[in-house]
Amino acid sequence: MLDTVLLIVFSMIGLSLLLNLWRLIIGPSVPDRVLALDTMYINVIALIILYSISMDTGLYFEAALLIAMLGFISTVAVCKYLLRGDIIE
Amino acid sequence: MRLQARFRWLPTPFRSLFLFMVWLLLNNSVSVGHLVLATIFAILIPILSFSFRDPQPLILKPGLALKQLLIVLYDIVVANLQVALLILGPSKKLRPAFIKVPIDLTHDMPITILASCVSLTPGTVSAEVYPIAESLPEGEEPTQRYLLIHVLDLKDEEALIKQIKQRYEAPLKEIFQC
Amino acid sequence: MISEWVVSILLLFGGTFILIGSIGLIKLPDFFMRLHGPTKATTLGMASMLIAAMVYFANSGHGLSVKEILITIFLLITAPISGYMLIKSAIHHKLKAKEGTKGLDNVEDD
Repeated sequence: MLDTVLLIVFSMIGLSLLLNLWRLIIGPSVPDRVLALDTMYINVIALIILYSISMDTGLYFEAALLIAMLGFISTVAVCKYLLRGDIIE
Repeated sequence: MRLQARFRWLPTPFRSLFLFMVWLLLNNSVSVGHLVLATIFAILIPILSFSFRDPQPLILKPGLALKQLLIVLYDIVVANLQVALLILGPSKKLRPAFIKVPIDLTHDMPITILASCVSLTPGTVSAEVYPIAESLPEGEEPTQRYLLIHVLDLKDEEALIKQIKQRYEAPLKEIFQC
Repeated sequence: MISEWVVSILLLFGGTFILIGSIGLIKLPDFFMRLHGPTKATTLGMASMLIAAMVYFANSGHGLSVKEILITIFLLITAPISGYMLIKSAIHHKLKAKEGTKGLDNVEDD
């Protein structure tokens, strides 16, 4: 049963990544695109967690943690750049 | 509000506890070696980094803080169910609004926690704290601060402000005693 | 057997919420409303998926694994902050809110 559920959830997250990509392409303003990227990295973490469940290994959690940290830092850095025109003043 | 901790060698007790837990979680073990290493880190890192930081108010009521954490977690789940229904419903019916909530907290740290709680709970995202600190003259304290909030679907402004003040701000005032 | 059911239900719950967050990102009319989807729905979706992973690994002979709690805590702490930074930059860029948004005069320019 778990295999079927994993397949369903994989396709759900794939679909939401596609929706995010659509917003990234059309998004009328820059903050919209940043928001789309921010959502995309969270979805990618979900994808990694699912992959590690389906492969039955716990090796991927460090990768997930690193993506979470780098994604947050990059979102904040881009927003800071949009706000001030400079990242480190 | 108290900024100074009881012991000089333990300037930020809760951050030390947090570091201790994070180290154990990161290594996923409770062996003696990791316990000793976690204790060393939990004591050394706050001492070394203390002089770089502004003094932050201490949590004076840990029990109340734990209770408030559980309340906020419960609210997050309920809020998400509500927001999911709002998103799936017709988007023409939504009544978005910006509202200003007057806040009585004075220190930056409790205000940050309040803003985060508001962002994570029902249909609201905190946007800004007025007056903006950089626009004030040097060394002057603002008399009354406001939190600017964007609401996805505003039913009753008065009730929402009252709910935020009672449910999130009053316990924070109690926890930090300010 | 029970753990498999719990994992399945939590995974489906999480997947649904992540999908709803992304649908909100597409469907809602202006930036300030779009922000509500990812900051809330996606965070809860991630939390329930990570709990599912924790239950799964606790029952699969790898021994109890609690690292997932770290990712959950990290996401819960950072989601409001990135939301705050995004809405601040949107106000700074004077993005248009949907017509009929109440209280627009509450927004001050910086």
